[in-house]
Amino acid sequence: MAFAPPARHLLRARDLADARYFEPLGVDDLARAAGLSRAHFSREFRQAFGESPHAYLLTRRLERAASLLRGTDRSVADICLSVGLQSIGSFTTSFTRTFGRSPTAHRAAFPPAANQARVPTCMLRARGRPQHRTFREDSGPPRT
Amino acid sequence: MIRFANTQLWVDDQDEALDFYTKKLGMEVRADVTLPEVGDFRWLTVGPADQPDVAIVLMAIPGPPLMDADTVAQLRELMAKGFAGTVFLTTEDCQASYEDLKRRGVEFTEAPEERPYGIDSGFRDPSGNSFRLTQVRELATN
Repeated sequence: MAFAPPARHLLRARDLADARYFEPLGVDDLARAAGLSRAHFSREFRQAFGESPHAYLLTRRLERAASLLRGTDRSVADICLSVGLQSIGSFTTSFTRTFGRSPTAHRAAFPPAANQARVPTCMLRARGRPQHRTFREDSGPPRT
Repeated sequence: MIRFANTQLWVDDQDEALDFYTKKLGMEVRADVTLPEVGDFRWLTVGPADQPDVAIVLMAIPGPPLMDADTVAQLRELMAKGFAGTVFLTTEDCQASYEDLKRRGVEFTEAPEERPYGIDSGFRDPSGNSFRLTQVRELATN
């Protein structure tokens, strides 16, 4: 059986979800991008891609949130807003349901993001210098 | 086997750069951590979603003791003139990308133009770093 690729307008809507998930985008916006009524769009999208547009968009946001939890030291609240979600409570619920653990627990399951930081050695050496108290030999007049 | 991983660009402001590379260029954040023990050094990397192996390190211009004021001024001048470094990007449709990026506020120095190797354009990031955005032409083989 020949493979018929999803119609271009549905792909455009999906691309929009992938490209602009961090904006306050909803299924209505995706339907508008596809030029269809919301009900019609949801039906066609699910038929083409195997999941509802709502699920696709939410999953994109949660996947990005998981990546930010691992790779950054931003707060859970900040990450929630960064991926285009407004309610921290429902973000936490959706995340836990999808990943089997809370955002905080997910972050804790990996090495700290700071471990990834490849700080150039010259910077470590220059900025990591301890603030020393004046060494004895530098202070005061020489003893007679 | 030795492979390419990251390259580094100096930026004037990491928050401004982050906004540009993610919201305008559509790249994703790979790492963003601030290390208090190294004078609040912020390790910030971004990269295209479908190239997980490579990233651009957006590095804030350091001050003393690492870089003295004169060197910082020299570096800033080079960046402002667009000589600090060029990143080469490709796209499947240069004209479409050009229109999309312009709409998002990207400053183009060159609109798409026909070249022997394809269609090429140029833009800058907020710090003045140069970018080429090219739709590479498949070379015909005999």
